[in-house]
Amino acid sequence: MLDGREGPAVAMAMRIVVALARLRDARRLRPVASAHLDGCLHHGQAGLDFVERLVELGGQVRIPTTLNVGSLDLLHPNLARVSKSDATESRKLMDAYVALDARPTWTCAPYQVGHRPSLGEHVAWAESNAIVFCNSVLGARTDRYGDFLDASAAITGLVPDSGLHLSENRRATLVVDCGGLSDELKSSSVLYPVLGYLAGRVAGTEVPVFTGLADARPDEDKLKALGATAASAGGVALFHIAGVTPEAPTLAVALGGRSPHEVPTVVVDADAVRAARNSLTTALGDDIDAVSLGTPHFSLNEFRLLAELTIDGDAFDPSTEVWVSTSRAVLGQARDAGYLDPIEQAGATILTDTCTYVTPVLKPGTRVVMTNSGKWAYYAPGNIGVDVVFASLAECVASARVGRVVHDDRIWR
Amino acid sequence: MTTESGVELTGMTLHPGSAAGSLLRLDAPLSFWGGSELETGRITDERHPQWGVIMAGRILVMHSGRGSSSSSSVLAEQIRAGVSPAAILLSEPDAIIVLGAIVAAELYEKSMPIVLLTHTEIDSLTEVIPVQVEATTGDATVRGVVPAPAALTVERTSTR
Repeated sequence: MLDGREGPAVAMAMRIVVALARLRDARRLRPVASAHLDGCLHHGQAGLDFVERLVELGGQVRIPTTLNVGSLDLLHPNLARVSKSDATESRKLMDAYVALDARPTWTCAPYQVGHRPSLGEHVAWAESNAIVFCNSVLGARTDRYGDFLDASAAITGLVPDSGLHLSENRRATLVVDCGGLSDELKSSSVLYPVLGYLAGRVAGTEVPVFTGLADARPDEDKLKALGATAASAGGVALFHIAGVTPEAPTLAVALGGRSPHEVPTVVVDADAVRAARNSLTTALGDDIDAVSLGTPHFSLNEFRLLAELTIDGDAFDPSTEVWVSTSRAVLGQARDAGYLDPIEQAGATILTDTCTYVTPVLKPGTRVVMTNSGKWAYYAPGNIGVDVVFASLAECVASARVGRVVHDDRIWR
Repeated sequence: MTTESGVELTGMTLHPGSAAGSLLRLDAPLSFWGGSELETGRITDERHPQWGVIMAGRILVMHSGRGSSSSSSVLAEQIRAGVSPAAILLSEPDAIIVLGAIVAAELYEKSMPIVLLTHTEIDSLTEVIPVQVEATTGDATVRGVVPAPAALTVERTSTR
């Protein structure tokens, strides 16, 4: 491939893969079965020049490849407040990735639109929440790919055989003991981004294994929220939950032969989760201007839950914007299932193909936003300069109805 | 080790190139994405000890970058626009930073050298002095360009 016999785009992509393999001391390259690319967000001219060069040189992905969010909602182009020139650049970037023959899924949750590699399969995924979900929940193997390397892997079908592709790097290196938390907390969705925040803080880029959660049988949405927040607050790319995730049927298996005494243990109690929950909130008062849901992108099941909460209640306060970010594929499923009507009738706006913290959609003057997303709570203050109130989905809905924060603290006591 | 009389270090080339400029020591890892301005190379992370400092044209010294892989795009763009550091000296082989330099070289034929030194050597580079960086395939040198009556040579004992 390096010699150009497969074309100049493959040679360019291969130079990048090989350079990274050298840097990581990889003994060899490894074929990957699929890719998820995260280059579609506009960060200046170089990102666009890179993909346009690949297209110009005849580049095509050689494995099934999905695309992450872009900077625009192509289905609802009037929602984002971007200048015409920025919109043009963002559109060119998104178009160039499609020209590589990648699927225009425009979602940070490819695992919700049918891109689900199997246990043990090697893939090249970018976007931190997608990476951690792929490794932890699906048990497929990806290292932390990102800008330039993701597209190079999709074009060559090869990655350096290093990092989380190797079994020895997938063993848990830290135990997070959640056994002391109440059953009510463990069965509630709002706990999982909080656990992710705690784990991200203590684990950094280590591999944590959670214990004491097997009986609660957390579903995919909870695992998605845990991973996304752990990847934001730390650099977690793989976690295990003993008795729940595929590479951790037991604690012993997750530890890969080491005894629990050989690795550090962090005990998470009610005080710790309460403190972590509070630190995800930066706003001081009770006023809110908006509610943002769907980071990572809302799943069909989350639309069902939101529909149940909105179908028989009052509409949202007209001064409180309610945003739900999702993929165009899940939007279609939610519409077909009848979940969308009550949500839109209550006053929510659905954003597709992008997300509320990467492109300006909130109305000017928005100061405080409520969210059930730990990832959104972590990034939005820095990215778009708002204060955040972190709470459960039900609290977000109750608050949107009255235009101020309504907390339900019972489970945290 | 730096002294008033000069500096001469040998390291490993992470990305080739040659550059000259004055050292800019960062006291914490920097995320180029979200931490520096695309158009100017100014450090905009308010929690960073070197907040407000412009990296353009300097020989950046830090142990490692941190954070999002989008930093590769930001660094590549700063190299394109001519506002990147002149060179970067690291003690960790930071793939995100090196990728930015590789792609800028592919696209724009602008080669910003990146050199791997030891942790101790990075710690020793505390003074704001002009240096010359020559990074070829394999070895790299970082040499003080102030006339030095008795330049002190430090042998590199390991690459990382």
